[in-house]
Formats: sequence, C-alpha cells, structure tokens
Amino acid sequence: MSPTDPPPTAPDAGEDSFVWQRLALMARPRATKANALAALLAILLGFAVATQVRQNQVLGLESLRQADLVTILDNATQLSARLDQNARELQATRDELISGSTNGAAALTAAQERLDTLRVLAGTAQAHGPGIRMTISDPGAKVTPPLLLDAIEELRDAGAEAIQVGSARVVASSYFGQAGSGIEVDGTTVTDPYVILAIGDPQTLSSAMQIPGGLSENVRQLGASITITQSTELVVGALHTLREPRYARPVP
Amino acid sequence: MIPALGLLVGLAAGLFLHPAVPLALQPYLPIAVIAALDAVFGGVRAVLDGIFNDKVFVVSFLSNVVVAAFIVFLGDQLGVGSQLSTGVVVVLGIRIFSNVASIRRHLFRA
Repeated sequence: MSPTDPPPTAPDAGEDSFVWQRLALMARPRATKANALAALLAILLGFAVATQVRQNQVLGLESLRQADLVTILDNATQLSARLDQNARELQATRDELISGSTNGAAALTAAQERLDTLRVLAGTAQAHGPGIRMTISDPGAKVTPPLLLDAIEELRDAGAEAIQVGSARVVASSYFGQAGSGIEVDGTTVTDPYVILAIGDPQTLSSAMQIPGGLSENVRQLGASITITQSTELVVGALHTLREPRYARPVP
Repeated sequence: MIPALGLLVGLAAGLFLHPAVPLALQPYLPIAVIAALDAVFGGVRAVLDGIFNDKVFVVSFLSNVVVAAFIVFLGDQLGVGSQLSTGVVVVLGIRIFSNVASIRRHLFRA
C-alpha cells in the first residue's frame, strides 16, 4: 500500500479516513534506524515462518520433543509387544495343530499294529512267516486229544505264535476232544493224518518237538509216525470265529 | 511498508534456501514465531491507536521471542515442556485474537 492510496470509502468517513491515513503514514518508507531494525526483524520472522512450515512438512519424528518421542516409542513398543504375543499364540496354536495331526497319525499306526497283533493272537487274521509243518500219521488211531494238547503246549513253550491243527486255528479258548475216529478241535473234527502248522523260529520249534522224552518220542512209542519239516515261509490260513463274550466285560 | 516487504523477502528466502533448523533450536522456533506474530499484531494495533513507537516495537518483538523461548526452555528443563509450550501458544493466541479484534474495530468499525 502506497501513501497515495486513497482510503477505502466508508459510510461515515471521519474517524475512518483518519485511521487509514495513520496507517498509510506508518507504511511510508522512512529511513530511520528503528524502521530498518523492524524490517530486519520482519525478514527474520518471514524466514522463521517459512523454515518452520517447511520443517514441519518435511520432518516427522525429528522435530518432536523428547517427551513426545518417548510417548510414541512407548506406543510402538506396546503395539510390538502385543503383536509379538499374538504371533506367539498363533505359533503355539499352529504347533499344536501340527503335532496333533502327527500324534493322530502315530496313534493310528500304533493302533493298527496292536490290532494286527491281537488279530493274529485271536486267530481272526491269517498269519504267515517261518515255522514248521508237522505231520503225525496214526494208522492205529492211538493219538489221543491229550497228546495233541501236549504237542500244542510244547509248541507254545517253544515260542509258536500262530498254530493250526488240520483246518482248525488254535487259539486261547481252543479245546480238544474225542470225536469218533478223529479228534475234535474247537468243533472241527480232525482226522488222521494230523497236520500241525506252527509259525515261530523253525529251529527252536523243531528241536522242541524232537527233544528226548518229548512229543516225537511219545508219538513213536504209540506206534505212530511223525515228520517235521522246517519252512521259511508258511501260511496259517485257518481262521477262528470270535464269539461275543456273554459275561465278561472289559474294565474301562 | 518496508517491514511488510521484509516479511515477504524472508518468506521467499525461507522457501528457496531450505534451511535446516539446528536441533537445539527446534522446540523453540515455533513458539518464537508465534511470539513474533503477537508482537507484529501488537505493533499494528499500536499504529492504529496512534501510540506506535519504533523502539518499543523492536524491543517488544525481541523480548517476546526471547521470553517465549525461555519459557519453553524452562518447561523442557522441568519436564513440562509440551504442556508449557501449549500454555504459551494459548496465551499468545488469545493476545493475537484480541489485537486482531482491536485492529478490526479500528479499520472497519465492526
């Protein structure tokens, strides 16, 4: 605004024009020391304003004071701790799920193995492996059920794991009885010649059968003949039919 | 007139020179700027009141800036820097508003 600028027209121009004149008078360039100093201060102020505005736009954290920085740092630390905890929990859950599935698989495998073992023991599954085939020819019908039972016991003593007499699988509940000309095993009649299959260590089983005073000697004393063949692969194919126990219940 | 031109020159210099504020001055610069603005508005008001004095303006400008910076510095030393600078800004803001209101009444009768 220059000193020649007319004052703005106001409705009641009296005091108004006076004020504007005064302002114009002040705005007139004067070569006084104080005016120069004021100009210098104004330059400084403009410079500071521009600098501060720019600083504020350009800088983020650098322009903050220590307390604010500490607050921001605190917030960041808390956030990071919370996220850390989240991550840990999720990781734990993930580990749990992974180990759960492997545990499940391991449990399934173990259960399957147990099932296989029990089925072989119970006679509901065919079994194969090394063992001996023992044939007792008894033309004179001298072989008695107790003798066969003795043979089974000897085999079990020697570590036989699956045994079959004729077409009957021998299990824990098997019984032997006289049945006319033959011998009844678990309701199945077995006739001469009696073929016994046993799975176990062939060497041990055959030595157990041929021990002095053992099965072979007894059978020969009765006038029957016995042949024992060791085999590396033998199939016990007869199956035992399980009956649901009527009285016995497992203890939980 | 000359001070107004000086203000523009300063603004231009600040915008084009990209000066970096020294780290030690960073908390005080904004407060100092507000205090200087207060002095400037006070000066304009004094002009309109007819009591303007160059010397008083220069001294009040400098003392405003120094006192504002000193208060903030003291607050920083006492650990209440941010609260105290808020307080200073509020006080100076109120003064600027009242000065501007007075100027407005002088100029526009409103």
